[in-house]
Amino acid sequence: MTKILKRSNAPIFWGLFGAGGMLSALFVPMMVFITGIAIPLGFLLPAGTMSYPKMLAFAQNFIGKGFIFAIISLSLWFAAHRVYHSLHEFGIHAGTGAKLLCYGIALAGTVVSASVLLRIGF
Amino acid sequence: MSKRKPYVRSMDGWWKKNPYFVEYMIHESTALFVAAYVFILLVGVVRLGQGEAAWNAWLEALKSPLSVVCHLVLLAGAVYHTYSWFKILPITMPPVIVGGKKLAPEVLTGTALVVAAAAGLALLALVWRIAL
Repeated sequence: MTKILKRSNAPIFWGLFGAGGMLSALFVPMMVFITGIAIPLGFLLPAGTMSYPKMLAFAQNFIGKGFIFAIISLSLWFAAHRVYHSLHEFGIHAGTGAKLLCYGIALAGTVVSASVLLRIGF
Repeated sequence: MSKRKPYVRSMDGWWKKNPYFVEYMIHESTALFVAAYVFILLVGVVRLGQGEAAWNAWLEALKSPLSVVCHLVLLAGAVYHTYSWFKILPITMPPVIVGGKKLAPEVLTGTALVVAAAAGLALLALVWRIAL
């Protein structure tokens, strides 16, 4: 046999989808509540919880940095994969263009968050 | 160019006829809510990187009534994502065998939802600890 079977890249995207879906299912509801509702309304959490020095220290901490990056990047890969595969449901025959757009946005978010988090330092 | 006009059945609203597919479309759409929130968070990270004034402007923007209302909608979407993600877990995960028997789907979903609630509360407790 001379023909080499081309390996599918689907498991990579499916893996990122699964990881992002799981991570966002576990943490995103509470994060929305904290950053979008409790902190702006001054409700439940102490004042200054998300002050600049505290959040800078959190983003400089190895675990904090990793958490922020994982939430942003993996959730975007999850959403991109789901939206890409849902196009079919609306009668859109998703091709290379749609694939590049969906996964491209996730890749852009990954690169932007990684570069900012690295620049913030350790 | 061909003059043929083959009949193509319209796909408009096919999913509205069956409650199962209505639920499917709703749970698939939760990805957009998660993505919208993550974009807000990404803007926050970029603003944090730009310094204290930029970060405080981001915090201030989140205080607008429109933002709070948007976050309530995003919260509903995110909670439904959690619920539906674990509701389909028995289908997406390999079967879990306990004592030679397959674990019931309700047990798996219920356990996962308890774990998710615990994860959320642990995060809140951690943020609280950092705040004090």
